[in-house]
Amino acid sequence: MNAVYVLWLRQLKRYFRSRSRMVGSLGQPLLFLVALGFGFGPIYQRAGQGNYLQFLAPGVIGMTILFSAVFSGIELIWDRHFGFLKETLVAPVPRIMIMIGRTLGGASVAMIQGLIVVGICLVAGFRPVSYATLPHALLCMALLAVMFTALGTAIASILGDFQGFQLVMNFLVMPMFFLSGALFPLNSVPRALRIVASLDPLAYGVDGMRAALTGVPAHFGWAADIGVLSAAAVFLVVLGSYLFSRVEV
Amino acid sequence: MISVRNLVRTFGEIVAVGDISFEVAEGEIFAFLGPNGAGKTTTIKMLTTLLRPTSGTVEIDGLDPTVRQHEARQRFGIVFQDPSVDDELTAYENMDFHGILYKLPRKLRVERIERLLRLFELWERRNDTVKHFSGGMRRRLEIARGLLHTPKILFLDEPTLGLDPQTRNQLWNHVRTLNQEERITVFLTTHYMEEAERVAHRIAIIDHGNIIAVGTAKELKERTGTETLEDAFLSLTGSRIREEAGSSLQQMRTMSRMWGRKR
Ligand SMILES: Nc1ncnc2c1ncn2[C@@H]1O[C@H](COP(=O)(O)OP(=O)(O)OP(=O)(O)O)[C@@H](O)[C@H]1O
Ligand SMILES: [Mg+2]
Repeated sequence: MNAVYVLWLRQLKRYFRSRSRMVGSLGQPLLFLVALGFGFGPIYQRAGQGNYLQFLAPGVIGMTILFSAVFSGIELIWDRHFGFLKETLVAPVPRIMIMIGRTLGGASVAMIQGLIVVGICLVAGFRPVSYATLPHALLCMALLAVMFTALGTAIASILGDFQGFQLVMNFLVMPMFFLSGALFPLNSVPRALRIVASLDPLAYGVDGMRAALTGVPAHFGWAADIGVLSAAAVFLVVLGSYLFSRVEV
Repeated sequence: MISVRNLVRTFGEIVAVGDISFEVAEGEIFAFLGPNGAGKTTTIKMLTTLLRPTSGTVEIDGLDPTVRQHEARQRFGIVFQDPSVDDELTAYENMDFHGILYKLPRKLRVERIERLLRLFELWERRNDTVKHFSGGMRRRLEIARGLLHTPKILFLDEPTLGLDPQTRNQLWNHVRTLNQEERITVFLTTHYMEEAERVAHRIAIIDHGNIIAVGTAKELKERTGTETLEDAFLSLTGSRIREEAGSSLQQMRTMSRMWGRKR
């Protein structure tokens, strides 16, 4: 148990010590919020869809968590190159505990980033319809954070180094973001795109957050959102643990 | 304490370790000497659960580290050849985290950390992040950390690499004390022959993944009819320089240049 705590604490310490990382990873959500939120806002409004910023904010929060969490997971590659991974792998600690510690650490970092972006959205003019449903949104965020950290760990375990990293970004992480309905409503898109989105776990997270924060009915339904998110989180943690348990240095 | 039989490890075409067998008795200090790329680190990795053997068997304190990994890991400590401390943490945090991972009770942990950091003259710098340390200071931290929990077997993979003579002396005195007072078995590698001669009870010489001689320093010199261990080593392994495709340190530097430090 202590091992889990130590590995979690380590990630948080590293996060709070590297300001550049913190600031750098907030630039992207800010850009999306400003460029898209204010850029598309008028058109969206004219199309009779209401306030685009209200619609976009949960998507940008989801995006932040996706990227932070995948990066936290992929940090495994750094630990391997800079050697710290060896230290944890020879310790008399079951690999599953190492995996849990790393996942919780990465997920906490992603969660903090997500909360900072929630703050930025509020400053930009985003207004949740009710704070009573905030815990629902936080639950979605936490599930996303856990599953994508585990996904990052799984990817890092397979890749072993940064070759192929670009491939993963372009063919997995980016599509997951763009096809999730973070930027546009899924109700009115072509059927094919809707089917693709329904295979994307981020879509359920954004949908759940959107329903909780802005009061619109959930596209997939609230129960489906939480059900799929939980199932995906469990699946990815198990998959990540399995792949991580096979890592050699 | 350590028993290796017909151990082989290949990486694709490369045979890193080709069929070696040896025994290390409890309480023994055993040195593994060999030119660059001979297979020393690969052997240590297989003994310490970091690599799976291609074939052959390994035993540590009667346990097979490929099967009973967890129990095996409770029995040894290791100082790696390559860096393995966390750059972003302070020296103290690195030590403390190690102590927690190895379940040292708090009081003992605090005591030992102070003793070791003082021994390796890092106490004054304990709250500095490791990335601001010199190469030798990092090395000293690696060693101090490896000695924090008292295991049954201690693996030291070129521990004195890049260290000044004072620290080398300090280290070997400490290792000998641990060996004598706590009966810790030591498995070490080094390229400094005089160190091996000074501390090791027995020496194995490995070349191209094969053990070519085992014995005390005296026996090895007698067998080759040479005056010093260095001459014995050269006469057994030849004096040709081994080619190694970029040391891991070099690879790391290239990596960090390519990616910028920490992303
Ligand atoms: N992960 C790996 N992939 C491919 N080849 C490897 C790998 N690890 C080691 N080797 C090769 O195995 C051989 C033995 O390497 P090893 O690191 O065990 O040597 P060593 O005796 O420790 O050398 P040194 O004195 O330079 O540390 C070398 O030819 C090396 O290139
Ligand atoms: Mg080596």
